[in-house]
Amino acid sequence: MKGLFENAKQGLLVTLAMFVLCGLIYPFAITGVAQAFFAHEANGSLIEIDGETVGSEKLGQAFTAPEYFWGRVSAVNYNVYTKEDVLPNQNGETAYSGVSSGTFNYAPSNPELEKRIEADIETFLKANPSVNREEIPADLMTASGSGLDPHISVDAARIQIDRVAKASGISAAEVKEIIKANTENRVLGIFGEDKVNVLAANLDIYNKMKEK
Amino acid sequence: MWQIAIILVIYVPLVILAGHYLYHVTMQQKTWLDPVLNRVDHVIYKLSGIKQVNMTGKQYVLALILTNAFMVFIGYVLLRVQSALFLNPNDVGNMEATLSFNTIISFMTNTNLQHYSGESGLSYMSQMLVITFMMFTSAATGYAACMAFCRRLVAKTDTLGNFFVDFVRVITRVLMPISIIVSIILVSQGSPQTFSANKTVQTIEGKMQDIALGPIASLESIKHVGTNGGGFNGANSTTPFENPTVLTNIVELLSMMLLPGACVVAFSLMVAHRRKKMLFGKQGFVIFAAMSVLFLIGLVTCYVAEQAGNPIISELGITQDLGSMEGKEMRFGVAQSALFTVATTAFTTGSVNNMHDTLTPIGGLVPMFNMMLNVVFGGKGVGLMNMMMYVLLTIFIACLMIGRTPQFLGKKIEEKEMKLIALCILIHPAIILLFSALAVATTAGVAGITNPGAHGLSQVLYEFASSSANNGSGFEGLADNSTFWNVTTGLAMFFGRYLSIIIQLAIASLLAKKMWHSDSVGTLKTDNAMFAFLLVGIVLMIGALTFLPALALGPITEHLQIHF
Repeated sequence: MKGLFENAKQGLLVTLAMFVLCGLIYPFAITGVAQAFFAHEANGSLIEIDGETVGSEKLGQAFTAPEYFWGRVSAVNYNVYTKEDVLPNQNGETAYSGVSSGTFNYAPSNPELEKRIEADIETFLKANPSVNREEIPADLMTASGSGLDPHISVDAARIQIDRVAKASGISAAEVKEIIKANTENRVLGIFGEDKVNVLAANLDIYNKMKEK
Repeated sequence: MWQIAIILVIYVPLVILAGHYLYHVTMQQKTWLDPVLNRVDHVIYKLSGIKQVNMTGKQYVLALILTNAFMVFIGYVLLRVQSALFLNPNDVGNMEATLSFNTIISFMTNTNLQHYSGESGLSYMSQMLVITFMMFTSAATGYAACMAFCRRLVAKTDTLGNFFVDFVRVITRVLMPISIIVSIILVSQGSPQTFSANKTVQTIEGKMQDIALGPIASLESIKHVGTNGGGFNGANSTTPFENPTVLTNIVELLSMMLLPGACVVAFSLMVAHRRKKMLFGKQGFVIFAAMSVLFLIGLVTCYVAEQAGNPIISELGITQDLGSMEGKEMRFGVAQSALFTVATTAFTTGSVNNMHDTLTPIGGLVPMFNMMLNVVFGGKGVGLMNMMMYVLLTIFIACLMIGRTPQFLGKKIEEKEMKLIALCILIHPAIILLFSALAVATTAGVAGITNPGAHGLSQVLYEFASSSANNGSGFEGLADNSTFWNVTTGLAMFFGRYLSIIIQLAIASLLAKKMWHSDSVGTLKTDNAMFAFLLVGIVLMIGALTFLPALALGPITEHLQIHF
């Protein structure tokens, strides 16, 4: 019995000691180092234009205007919303209910998946009349895991050139240059995939349009 | 393909190095961090009143369970009152009772099944003082149990090692230093580490975007180093803030694979410690090889299935050269995603860099089967202990066939041990299959299923396999934040963890007290290729016999449905 009490006392005290070490000292110390040496990254890699924060280098954004590249399908709409989206409807539901992440979690056999993809293909083909169905790469029509994926494949960007050029008034050659400038290749030519950062490319288009 | 091979090649020297270090920590031998860490440890020993005396197997288990109980209590209270405490800039509310029960069991058992979403469910204080804290302590608990187990296999007495000393040393000498390095790498790549509130920005299309921040990197590192797997954000390591680049993906992969593999290396050195200086002991190498074979079979299957894509999407007429991309991230693609999926379920971490619910049926069968076997490296410490059950079973069966006395490391395996081993091996499938049966037989259980047809059963099987194996990943479509799912998975995690640990340590104690016999010509050799082959065969046979009927109704049916 005395052994049990002795064990319990040590157990409680060591719990408290680790509580302070792992739960407080460790995260505070890492935060200190991070803020001192990697202030930009530690605060979310935010992008500023004329003093206004417009997004993060790491996160995607929902784009619907024809002059911008469109990203991957997102179950959470990249946490992008308008003022109307936060107003409740008659049932008290809102279109945007706060920051989150995730995907639709449709199984490969789920009929909803087929329905969603078919609807998205039709919308895309209508907006990009010069593109054939079989040219569309699957990454553009499938939902990312996080709903915040900042990238699309290089092919997915290329098939949008005609639409973007027409709507923005920038020449197709310049749009191609923008894709090239924002393409991130495989690390060391091996790891990961070749991809285009959608927000970064769109910011270049935004700046070009402002110059005109 | 090549990228997967290269990562695995990098892994081998790292795991051997880590194994040697772990061996030194376990056996209280000198390491290069001692000058600093001895002082830290002594302060902790002094503050906690830890007397460094040897414990019997029973005392060791008792200390382990008592300490875990205190942590559960503190964590539960914090979750229930988090809204009123400090570091809550996003005004997150208190957590509901059954969800708190599930969450606290989940993190204490190293499972990290999450029925909440981090962005809206936890304050920064809870992320640190409950989640990060438990990620360290649950991993240390698992490893302490494994140390006690392995030491008893090679010892001649049951009174050795002190739980509190093992527990503290693992945190200060192994988990903390590696986590600090990994945290800094993650931050440098773009993982946030801040206490400021979430930000709302104005997009160039004139809309608003909410950006969820927080002390992410410090949690993310121990999440993988301790094979925990619970994400800061709802979508776990798929989110760019938890896993910003391919480099972080590789770092996270290696850090979750490092210590479970190192445990096997350390065990191999303990068995062989009489002979001097070696890279990798023979007995441990055989076990490591068997685990690697099972791992590679799963990896190749998953990669091929995902690369082939979903035939239903191909029928829609678009190009699927990249493979099945639903639920995956563009920066990782199929190769990095398949490797992560197989590693996270083999090493029972449970973090995901793609959504497992959207995997192709065969691609999803692999992680499920990994968790059902629960011996392919496995979580920190406990994976090796589970594999040892199969090692002992294999010895027993092989010796029956050739008419020898079953003996392992000089200790005879007799009736009492065999009963406990059989019990231990049966607990895991019993939990998975009985709870799954309960779920599909009750309306409260069926209510959680969100995908129609065979995949619905897969969602249920996956959830309980993940809970019982203390993995924590999920087929996340499952609407699992209900009283039924919170309570049943909570119980599955609890029994899956503690019953196994208690029985395994009891077996080790029994063996420790036995007479040591030297090997004779008649003894079955357990350190050659033949034994590795037998071991893989037994694991697959038992796994297949137990789970094939359920798998046939779930993923295999779904595979046939979408292909024919």
